[in-house]
Amino acid sequence: MIAYLTKRLGLSVAVVFLVVLILFSLLQLIPGDPATVALGPRATPEAIARYAEKMHLDAPVWQQFLIYAGNAATGDLGIDVFTERSVTTIILERIGFTLALIFVAMGWAMLLGIPLGCLAAVKPNTWVDRITGILSVGTIAVPSFLVSIWAILIFAVNLRWLPAIGAGEPGDTADQLTHLILPAFAVGLSWVGYLARMVRASMLEVMGETYIRSARAFGLTQRRIVFGYALRVAILPTITLIGMGFGGLISAAVFAEIIFARPGLGKLIFDSVMARNFPVVQGGVLVATTLYLGVVLFSDLLIAWIDPRVRDSL
Amino acid sequence: MSVIPSDPVIVTVPDIRESAARERREKLSAFLRNWQGVLGLVLVMMFFISAIFAPWLAPYEPNTMDIPSRLSPPVLDHIAGTDQLGRDTFSRLLYGGRVALKIAAIGVSVSLAIGLLLGMIAGLGPRWLDNLLLLLFDAVRAFPTIILALATVALTGPSMEMVLAIVIITSIPQYARVTRTATMSLRNTEFIQAERSLGASTIRILWHHILPNVIGPLLILAAMDVPVVVSVEAGLSFLGLGVLPPTASWGTILNEGYLVIRNAPWMVVAAGIPLILTTLGFTFLGEALRDIFDPRMGKGR
Repeated sequence: MIAYLTKRLGLSVAVVFLVVLILFSLLQLIPGDPATVALGPRATPEAIARYAEKMHLDAPVWQQFLIYAGNAATGDLGIDVFTERSVTTIILERIGFTLALIFVAMGWAMLLGIPLGCLAAVKPNTWVDRITGILSVGTIAVPSFLVSIWAILIFAVNLRWLPAIGAGEPGDTADQLTHLILPAFAVGLSWVGYLARMVRASMLEVMGETYIRSARAFGLTQRRIVFGYALRVAILPTITLIGMGFGGLISAAVFAEIIFARPGLGKLIFDSVMARNFPVVQGGVLVATTLYLGVVLFSDLLIAWIDPRVRDSL
Repeated sequence: MSVIPSDPVIVTVPDIRESAARERREKLSAFLRNWQGVLGLVLVMMFFISAIFAPWLAPYEPNTMDIPSRLSPPVLDHIAGTDQLGRDTFSRLLYGGRVALKIAAIGVSVSLAIGLLLGMIAGLGPRWLDNLLLLLFDAVRAFPTIILALATVALTGPSMEMVLAIVIITSIPQYARVTRTATMSLRNTEFIQAERSLGASTIRILWHHILPNVIGPLLILAAMDVPVVVSVEAGLSFLGLGVLPPTASWGTILNEGYLVIRNAPWMVVAAGIPLILTTLGFTFLGEALRDIFDPRMGKGR
């Protein structure tokens, strides 16, 4: 386990390092004075001078990169061009909105998708199975931003049931929750389909195993067999899917935040791109990718912990 | 008299041909019995035909303004209504299909070609090169598509070329991974070893043995990749990060419709329909082909 952990962790750190390198070299690729480019055309000469000194722009490029990477590793992501606040602080203020959206979206998708997949697997080739199949392909095929737009049209514009814009009054939990419903619906919808299909496929495979037949011979109830034994094994590929699909989840959350004007990490990066506020873009992108890599790593380790065969194969 | 048994040779050759033909017929009928696959094929054909023949099918020029009849609801003259400048939404959607087709065709074929090449290099090359390429693929995959697009737009500004670049870069790793796995499993098989001992070059082995074995799964993967590519284009253009107005693309039409969602709700409805039909069509077709030609592939997803 320790060897697997070290190897997997080392690989993730290497990828993060590569991401930092890519982000750093993207800024080097554009022509012009690096300080003006990094701070944008609206920066004051004093800010440019301060930035040039802080980033050691007179040093060779590789040294600049090491300084940038070193700062990023210690949690210093630079300063916002306009407000001159620490980028790390700004991101920490916003990331809660994104995490809340992702957890709620994933939560309802799992609560619906996993039982649906089980049901379809237990009753294969019945109408339950067929409807689940059509439903899952349908929800997977509709892009999440289109779900967002149509949900706004139906529930906010026509029916006026739910608010479309913002994250709700700070401190007012009920208001914040009602603001969370539509974005979470849009982000989670396609996951109902993914999860139902995945669980159905692996469940069908597991239900054919001999130990399930033994359990049946022992006289266990169907419910006990499905939820007590089969689902435990069938859930493994689903965990991998959630880990691998987390990037798509982040993409969907970014779209939802922009469309619903929800002040999360995605909206922050989008607004900073529009304002050409490069330090915030850089920091935000780095945090988003690190978050993704962290989740992939976590799901891999979780699987290795549950399933010893995976541990030994790498 | 010759002792060469001529009869069996004459009998077996047509027999093999016939069994191959029978297998082909069986696969075709299996496909025709799969209603999702047939529906997918119809939708995909509709997408190609409407995009290619858009100039002949469209009742209006996509950018001709007609201010007096602006924001018209769907009527006989404008079956999908008009936008804020009085342009016919149906005609614009047809032309938008051309943008989607162009990005899908170029994006998928270029990323498939590069992915194929990199996958073969990773599968046949030395261990360190394989590890380096895998690390690179992981690094690219670490950027959620929209985040990578945002980072790129911050530097280059939005354009169709930028969308293409994003689509190609994010699609390469999946093709490369499939090719790499297939190459690795083939390279130690006996027939490749035999070919190599006869002095065949690496190029010949790749071209004659590995390519035919890997191209099927790659094409199925490509069919499944089209919906992703088309939605990425529409999504980025919707946010103003991709194709720019006044060019008609499904994303820019959605964007213009979203601005008038209260006064002209039919616009975002109409703009979403071709997008859904296209993604559904390619998904159905890809899955039907996968189930028929490569049943094992379905297990992993």
